[in-house]
Amino acid sequence: MTRSSSTHESPEKNGHSNGGANSGDALRALLAPTIETRGNLREIILIPLAAVFMALVIGALIMMATSVEPHIILRSFVAMADGSVGSLNAISETLTASIPLVLAGLGIGLAFRAGLFNIGAEGQMVVGGLMAAVVSFSFTGLPMALHLPLVLIAGLLVGGLYAAIAGFLRAATGAHEVISTIMLNLISIRLLDYLLRQPFIQKEGRADPISKAVLETAELPRLLSFIDPNLRLHFGLFLMLGAVILIYWLLYRSKLGFAFRISGENPDAARYAGIRAGLTIVIAMAVAGGLAGLAGAAQVTGVLGRATPGFTAGIGFDAIAVALLGRSHPVGILLAGVLFGALEAGGRQMQVDAGVSIDMISIIQALIIIFVAAPLLVKRIMPFLFADKPKEGADHG
Amino acid sequence: MNIELRGISKRFGSVQANKNISLDIRAGEVLGLLGENGAGKSTLMNVLSGLYQPDSGDILIDGAPVTFDGPGDSIAAGIGMVHQHFMLVPVFSVVENVILGVEPTGSADFLDLAAARDQVQAINARYGMDVPSDVLIEDLPVGIQQRVEILKVLFRSADVLILDEPTAVLTPQEVEAFFGIVRALRDAGKAIVFITHKLHEIIEIADKVSVLRQGEIVGGGVPSDFSEADLAEMMVGRPVSFSVGRGAATPGEDVLDLRDVTLVDASLEVRLHRIAMSVRAGEIVGIAGVQGNGQTELVEAITGIAQVASGQVMFAGTDITASSVRQRHHMGIAHIPEDRQKSGMVSAFTVAENMVLNSYYDDSVARGVQIDWRRAEKQAAAACLKFDVRTPSVFLDAGGLSGGNQQKMVVARELERAVRLVVASQPTRGVDVGSIEFIHKQLVACRDAGNAVLIISSELDEILDLSDRIYVMYEGQITAEFDNSTSQADRGAIGLAMAGANRTAAA
Repeated sequence: MTRSSSTHESPEKNGHSNGGANSGDALRALLAPTIETRGNLREIILIPLAAVFMALVIGALIMMATSVEPHIILRSFVAMADGSVGSLNAISETLTASIPLVLAGLGIGLAFRAGLFNIGAEGQMVVGGLMAAVVSFSFTGLPMALHLPLVLIAGLLVGGLYAAIAGFLRAATGAHEVISTIMLNLISIRLLDYLLRQPFIQKEGRADPISKAVLETAELPRLLSFIDPNLRLHFGLFLMLGAVILIYWLLYRSKLGFAFRISGENPDAARYAGIRAGLTIVIAMAVAGGLAGLAGAAQVTGVLGRATPGFTAGIGFDAIAVALLGRSHPVGILLAGVLFGALEAGGRQMQVDAGVSIDMISIIQALIIIFVAAPLLVKRIMPFLFADKPKEGADHG
Repeated sequence: MNIELRGISKRFGSVQANKNISLDIRAGEVLGLLGENGAGKSTLMNVLSGLYQPDSGDILIDGAPVTFDGPGDSIAAGIGMVHQHFMLVPVFSVVENVILGVEPTGSADFLDLAAARDQVQAINARYGMDVPSDVLIEDLPVGIQQRVEILKVLFRSADVLILDEPTAVLTPQEVEAFFGIVRALRDAGKAIVFITHKLHEIIEIADKVSVLRQGEIVGGGVPSDFSEADLAEMMVGRPVSFSVGRGAATPGEDVLDLRDVTLVDASLEVRLHRIAMSVRAGEIVGIAGVQGNGQTELVEAITGIAQVASGQVMFAGTDITASSVRQRHHMGIAHIPEDRQKSGMVSAFTVAENMVLNSYYDDSVARGVQIDWRRAEKQAAAACLKFDVRTPSVFLDAGGLSGGNQQKMVVARELERAVRLVVASQPTRGVDVGSIEFIHKQLVACRDAGNAVLIISSELDEILDLSDRIYVMYEGQITAEFDNSTSQADRGAIGLAMAGANRTAAA
């Protein structure tokens, strides 16, 4: 824990002493990467992997308990693997499903880093997706290079503004964002049902609530149609990857992100450091909502082609689990989102091939989250994965 | 009950936290355990309270060897630990907190609160603790909360009490009252282990002392056989000077000038009433006062964290009353916050991140909208060396540093740039002797470089030691001013002013 210093020449306790021969060495030692950080990294990777494995095992046990034949269980796991990574189509489906999960998950993770629980990604997706749909069929004759960005930006802005309402309420009145975002979710869902019946949105000649179709100039282009026109993977993949990089940069390289993180970890220290709490909350919520709105827009213009009641299909809630599983870290969220996308795509195949309900996938997803949220449990069940040198010395004395 | 520790050793990885330690803890005696942060005191006490198993060595109770497999065993054996950080439920009453976990029950297993209250009051009366039974913890001052912790261990029939840095959170008056209770406990035949790094406390309260350094007992005996300097040298391993040896001040122009500053808090209570004071370049001004008399608000008014209701805050001739925290920081106001853990640092952040906590946005480390972390890390490493912040790496979480090193990190962050006014609030609270000396020297050096320094401390010794001029605060007002530049100000007079003797007149 100690090193020699100018005022204290005696060779200190063992530990990470660097000899203190000259200040250049001492400086280098201070700037060298540490063992503790690497140990942490290992845990960050191993715990989710172990959690996925244990969730699959328990999933199998549940199927056995409900008297599913062992060979059916086996077949369902094969189908799950097949449907998620077994073919080009499977990989395309996995990635397609992961795009909105990662985008919305990034927003939730970012808000969480700033100390905010954004439960409202679902609602932000709804308003963002709906706005994108409206812009996508309202402007005719625009070139795609103009129309598509316009649509995406519209979704992003509306999602961001919608979330900023909750941020503003929190900053100005102290209303907790968990409550206000849940309420905004409800409002958005009913608003969607209402607006889908309005003549300027509703598809001509239809009595049921369904929007007009997205114009071709506003569709996110499919990436693999040159191989097979049925492959649904679309340009949103690059939006997703771009967002991961951007949010990583925002959180760990930018001034604004540092302010987010200080506010999230220690609001008192943020206040003492001159960070304006209210403004930070509003901006963090707006960015989070913008990402969710973009997720909604990508879903409407890349996959669905129109807005329908419940078109978000709970993705905004699954994204909370994705953010949690990814530990609110952009790269973690990317990996978690792809995993959830794989479970989604694999689950559909499982239902078709083995006749096991897709609800099983929700159970497995929930189990993964429980294990990730309880790392000590994972360590207790699989001690061999983490058995190494015990590192309790950090806080002795 | 007597406890004997024989040859206790405990190692964590590469760190030998305890090495062959032997101690005698006797009934009716206060054993002072003296050591700097990180010397191995807490490890030793965690061994005694069953939290850690020693690698080697024995624990004997009344001559018979025992092993503790967990805190439950040591509590059952009559050992009670009072932690530095209280473990109380704020919304429970005193009685409810005391009985938590060992609730007395009546018929049909119902909670018998009346019986509990009687028992608690009996203990209360026996040791003169004067704790109200039915008040909620959150409504009690810190000093009384600590007594509740003691009640808790006594309620569990402890014969040996381990007090871990018990005075760290107390005001001087509370310390006196607390010592009275410790003596009452000792006279009733309890064995007491008093862990501290404050020398005068050992000399005042301990019957025996053992000094711990780098995991080993390096000396001990009857405290009266030692001077404070002897004990300090044993503890730190080198001679320590107590007075900072500050030369005469050469005050210049007013740097800080408060004109009739009044501050009202959120619940519309007046916290500062018409404060008029100044700090000049090249002088250290101390604010003495019992905690909670407006010092926190005064600091917040000066640094811009709180807005004043009326009056003016002048800095180097300009009115900064409406300036933001950031603007004031930029003008050269440095602020060492009174509670580093709460508001001065982020424990989960690395040392490097903490070093730029309030300057990340300006050109010293930022490039446009981006932070240049390479540069910030290099600056942090250099500051760590200069300010003796002992960490193996700037990439480690600041929360893992000892209190003294955390405080030096905060001091480094605030003083490592061009400043004109330093506002240091409780600059050495919960900090070991070596670090106190270091921080004091830095503050004096800051003054000698021609800056204005304002020190707010509840330790009167610290104020008297460092200040050229002293203001006393009482109930949100400056009630007295003393000159401390050439000869030391009258301690008694300051004490009286702190107690509110001269509310209107200035001495």
